Amino acid sequence: MIARLLHGVPKRALILLGLLLAFLLVAPLFVGNYILSVLILVLYFAYTGQAWNVMMGFAGQLSLGHSLYVGLGAYTAAALYVHFGIGPWAGVWIAIIISMAAGLVIGFLAFRFGIGGVYFALLTIAFAEFTRVGFDHFMWVNGSGGFFLPVTQYSVNDPLNLRGSPMMFYYILLTITVLAFIFCRWLLTGRIGYYWLAIREEPEAAQTLGINIFRYKMIAVAISSGMTALSGVFFAFYYNNLFPEQIFSMNRSIELILGPIIGGVGSLFGPILGAFVLTALAEALNDIMVALGYELPGVKLVFYGFCLLFVVMWLPNGIWPPLRKWLKLEDRS
Amino acid sequence: MPAELILTVAVQGILTGLVYGLMALGLSVIFGVVRVVNFAHGEMMTIASYAAIVAFGAWNIDPLVSMIPIAVLLFAMGYAMQAALINPFINRPEHSQFILLAAVAIIMVNGLLMIFGPDARNVLVDYALDSIEVGPLLIDKVRVITAVLALAITAGLFAFFKLSRIGKAIRACADNHMGALVVGLNVKRLYALTFGIGSAIVGAAGAMMTLLIDTTPNVGPVFTLQAFVIVIIGGLGSMPGALLGGVLIGLTEAMAGLFFAPSAKTMFGVAILILVLLFRPQGLLGRKA
Repeated sequence: MIARLLHGVPKRALILLGLLLAFLLVAPLFVGNYILSVLILVLYFAYTGQAWNVMMGFAGQLSLGHSLYVGLGAYTAAALYVHFGIGPWAGVWIAIIISMAAGLVIGFLAFRFGIGGVYFALLTIAFAEFTRVGFDHFMWVNGSGGFFLPVTQYSVNDPLNLRGSPMMFYYILLTITVLAFIFCRWLLTGRIGYYWLAIREEPEAAQTLGINIFRYKMIAVAISSGMTALSGVFFAFYYNNLFPEQIFSMNRSIELILGPIIGGVGSLFGPILGAFVLTALAEALNDIMVALGYELPGVKLVFYGFCLLFVVMWLPNGIWPPLRKWLKLEDRS
Repeated sequence: MPAELILTVAVQGILTGLVYGLMALGLSVIFGVVRVVNFAHGEMMTIASYAAIVAFGAWNIDPLVSMIPIAVLLFAMGYAMQAALINPFINRPEHSQFILLAAVAIIMVNGLLMIFGPDARNVLVDYALDSIEVGPLLIDKVRVITAVLALAITAGLFAFFKLSRIGKAIRACADNHMGALVVGLNVKRLYALTFGIGSAIVGAAGAMMTLLIDTTPNVGPVFTLQAFVIVIIGGLGSMPGALLGGVLIGLTEAMAGLFFAPSAKTMFGVAILILVLLFRPQGLLGRKA
């Protein structure tokens, strides 16, 4: 299996990847709390972007409602923890199952009824909005008033209950992100990855070749929604508060997909690169605004908007493909 | 619950729905011809609403008057957007177009947020609270006026597309892109014109909307979604469909607000959208693709 994962990858790429990993492993030991929180944000967007990328980048199905899966994952794990004392590592499986079920229902309806392209994207938004308003009135998790997890002191790390310091969260998230990266590489180099490529590029030709399009699209949706649920669980236990208005919002869905789009849709490293670039730029912008004593709501998102506009107009494949070429890291398989 | 109350709410819902329908009509016209989904539609409407609010605040101009220059302004904006941003994207994949317009939408919402702040604003004309008595019903005067205007604008647009040369040329582009090119129509200019017309309509709707609802920057995305819901229910590209969809959504929201909670009303609209997408994806009055 390892041979398959490494097949065609230039040595230079592995060395650079190793250096990046080493940097991420030791970075928290040298940086302050603020930079650590930024790094957590980077990893969060890298992981979630990777999850979205499975559906859009690999299988070509544009979802603009991924906040649905983040929210369902977050609320499921948090509610199980608060109401029944079920720990996050048990709850995460239920969260994944519920998110996957939601994804499969949407996928089934869309793919069975032949809803594609723009209509599919709108359907994903519609379901996310539907759920958002539904949770606003779902009193078991306190509706629009927000749902809160008990906050504990940072001095005690309890990884089993995901209670502890940001440092602990960082390493857990790093592990998840690395595993997701390897998992996606494994998917892409296998039969399923080639099927997805065929479905994304030429669905009719793929069907002619005997690929069960419906089944493989459904698998993509299931994997993507399940992975996204995990980031929701992380979100719930890291931030300790959930509001339907925020977690299910359309803005959140768009924020999640900016990283992979700017990095490069469909590439493995795109979401990671995009998360770094976008978060770093946004934080830098924030600091500049604060330093200038000039705090306006909305500046960050206007900036995001222009980044997105710039990338989609002049770098339609994101910044990773040209960067990869420049670094001479192209896949030789 | 008394029958008069239910009937009053229903009529008000239908009247509001006609203005919703006018807003969605802009989206429908653009999609029907250019085949690009304007993801910044509600945001453009919000810009028009703020223009009307500023005109009223600064010079005390009634939104029903300022809607004419505002429609012209939005026409120019739509024309420029199509010519500069969207025309180069005509042959790009759907998701690229979508992301392009999503980026424009994000810039618009947050630009408005930077300029006007998050507070709700409205226009209080002196006839804002007048009502008309129809038998046992008491109907808001502004709703009647805006609904009639919405119908009149729709009729005018319909005549424009059926009778004028430019209208016919635009319909030719929509029916057969290649054929339109072959007979020598300047398709890119006609696309820009269409986007301008769709934007002018949403501009007029935005100015009227200030009489009906409070405006905040964040209503932009809500109305984008609303416009999608309406045109998909009515049938993307169908002009009567947009009005019908608007009326249906207006009625549903009014009833949902009356029988459940006003905050839950969007859920019902979205639920109808999901049902229509599944069982009649071309919409109630749309033609099969």
